[in-house]
Amino acid sequence: MAVTKKKVTSKKSNTIKLKFDTSWEYAPAPESKSAATIKKQYDLFINGEWQKPSSKKYFDTINPATEEKLSEVADANAADVDKAVKAARNAYDKVWKKMPAKERAKYIFRIARIMQEKARELAIVETLDGGKPIKESRDFDVPTAANHLFYYAGWADKLEYAFPNRTTEPLGVAGQITPWNFPLLMAAWKIAPALATGNTVVLKPAETTPLTTLKLAEIIQEADLPPGVVNIITGAGDTGAAIVNHADVNKIAFTGSTNVGKIIQRAIAGTNKKATLELGGKAANIIFEDAPIDQAVEGVVNAIFFNQGHVCCAGSRLYVQESVAKEVIRKLRDRMQSLIVGDPMDKNTDIGAINSREQLNIIQKYIAIGKKEGAEMYESSCALPSKGFWCRPTIFSNVAQSNRIAQEEIFGPVLSILTFRTDDEVIEKANNSPYGLSAGVWTDKGSKIFNMTKRMRAGVVWANTFNKFDPTSPFGGYKESGFGREGGLHGLSAYVNIV
Amino acid sequence: MAIAKSSQMIHDFSLSPRIDQVGVEERASRFTKRSIKNESKENGLKLVLNMIDLTTLEGKDTDGKVKQLCYKAMHPHDALADIPTVAAICVYPSMVKVAKKALGDSGIKVASVATAFPSGQAPKDIKIRDTKYAVNEGADEVDMVISRGKFHSGEYNFVFDEIAAIKEACGAARLKVILETGELGTYDKVRRASDIAMHAGADFIKTSTGKIQPAATMPVTLVMLEAIWDFYYKTGKMIGMKPAGGISKSKLALHYLVMVKEVLGEDWLNNEWFRFGASSLANDVLMQLVKLKTGQYQSANYFSVD
Repeated sequence: MAVTKKKVTSKKSNTIKLKFDTSWEYAPAPESKSAATIKKQYDLFINGEWQKPSSKKYFDTINPATEEKLSEVADANAADVDKAVKAARNAYDKVWKKMPAKERAKYIFRIARIMQEKARELAIVETLDGGKPIKESRDFDVPTAANHLFYYAGWADKLEYAFPNRTTEPLGVAGQITPWNFPLLMAAWKIAPALATGNTVVLKPAETTPLTTLKLAEIIQEADLPPGVVNIITGAGDTGAAIVNHADVNKIAFTGSTNVGKIIQRAIAGTNKKATLELGGKAANIIFEDAPIDQAVEGVVNAIFFNQGHVCCAGSRLYVQESVAKEVIRKLRDRMQSLIVGDPMDKNTDIGAINSREQLNIIQKYIAIGKKEGAEMYESSCALPSKGFWCRPTIFSNVAQSNRIAQEEIFGPVLSILTFRTDDEVIEKANNSPYGLSAGVWTDKGSKIFNMTKRMRAGVVWANTFNKFDPTSPFGGYKESGFGREGGLHGLSAYVNIV
Repeated sequence: MAIAKSSQMIHDFSLSPRIDQVGVEERASRFTKRSIKNESKENGLKLVLNMIDLTTLEGKDTDGKVKQLCYKAMHPHDALADIPTVAAICVYPSMVKVAKKALGDSGIKVASVATAFPSGQAPKDIKIRDTKYAVNEGADEVDMVISRGKFHSGEYNFVFDEIAAIKEACGAARLKVILETGELGTYDKVRRASDIAMHAGADFIKTSTGKIQPAATMPVTLVMLEAIWDFYYKTGKMIGMKPAGGISKSKLALHYLVMVKEVLGEDWLNNEWFRFGASSLANDVLMQLVKLKTGQYQSANYFSVD
């Protein structure tokens, strides 16, 4: 029974520890799998219809929280890619390029609306296939994806205002390759501006999380988009390479690892293919001593544990001013104890499953490296399910700038904490990274925010918040975090030639 | 003891941590997303009922009304088995004796507002006499108000000294310090007032008198819980929390419980350290408990008003 009159007396400060395992517990609230339809097998969506892969091969996609097979999807080879690109070219020349812009907009609006109607199903499939908490796919991934489509649908017939006194023309066929951390959202990010500006698309989702993108193909079919305007094909790295190397593709949009980004850039060198690459990151999140500390701690939690840390812009390097470092770490530890780790389908869950065994191995490798480098590790004491891929929220303190866990992208729920004394020191350290995708600043002083954001070499800098996204705001990196911007007006210019 | 300790450190209240409004409101809204149903709901509701300071603070209060309320406190709804009592009865000093007698040895505390409640607009000596009167009449707990005017004009020492003097006048009675957050205006000031109250000797910090709107809100309560969290780590001393006013529905009360659970944890999840100041919340909780048992909502007519 929860109701007891307990006598708790004041404690001596050396025994202070808060207990977050309370006798009053929440009720399990698993979302229902039956509210989503997942087919046993998915073919390739080419020219408006589902086509068998010429390889005749299919590969499994699993639920990382249970390791159970969800479905199998077609493995597209170079011949299938060629078919898809031809369909896209044909649709571009014969239909999409000629269509009045406001008609194009109607299709995009329609896709967005159907996406909203099927929001629950999409959220369930996203969580089953990727392992992220249903809370996040329901409240973030799906609504933000629909918002991107709505936003760019609005631009379609207003391009003359986006580029005043200039004339724009579409590029042609865009080859798009999306990552496994935000599958549906990244597909929407890429498809929306491409269609709004009059391009046609061949898109390949990541091989571990193809299902919501295939669901999007069903939505596109339902929206009656002219055949070939969007083609969705599945496969692994070879399929992606075939898209990148196809001679009739005019533009490559890629979100993923820096290594693959480099391969793509080499592959398209010497061609006139345009590219936007959104790659890795190791964002500096900086807490000054005058910051609103409790909200900063909450921001740090959101920055590194959102989507299990599988976020290219995750705040994975935390710089704390010396005078508040102890306090921040103490608060972080308490806060981590109240994070609920487990079944991603449960609406209570804060942190879900790691996306794949491969990624879990990478994260564990870095945790081992961090320990070896002498950093002090702390992980939450939560129990983990016996099946599936899991990693406790973990922080390393006493990390040195030269440590690998401070330099390399881990892409998991692992935070490296470093301390600093002065503004100049922290700017130098924050910029001392091959990456430059995002950063965060926490301070009560407005002038300090502007000083920091001006000098920070990062595409997005958040002040007193973190991981906020909006379709109107451009997103993209400096240095090895890539080039080109997605979102906002800038996102349009990545898909047009200005003449 | 804590007073002596903090005065040695000379705490500077102008350095109380700053609060970011957007951040604190965002986090407060997240506590509303936990799933509480079935057994979890039943246990939570009983916990809530057991944390209520059943309150009547009206000019028109009579001995009869207070006696009835005391009976209600001891027997919230006899038609239902296994129902805990409320934590305390909260009345004006003139009603303390009546309440004390009516409650007898039930274990339910008598809390009395004092110090020229609700405005606090009286000289210090009168506030002290007001407090001593309530304690002499038998109050187990005293709910005082801070001098908001002095606080706004930056006279933190005055506010501190006044709280310390009232604490002394309380003797063995536990002191709840009402910040009247609806008059403070910013979260920064809520945090600063919380720090002053705790360092000056408060046993509880409380949001509101219930006479000013807005009364308790989740973000304000979160700011105060975080102040308690910091104070605990700094001094080892637990401070209680009492949101009051504006919490009349069970669902909202359960959201507050979630907040306590996730910010301070198990040690605060009892009526020794957490209270709801409310008059109509009890009946809504009872209505929900009956519904869990029978599957049907009764009309308000089935629950006694006092």
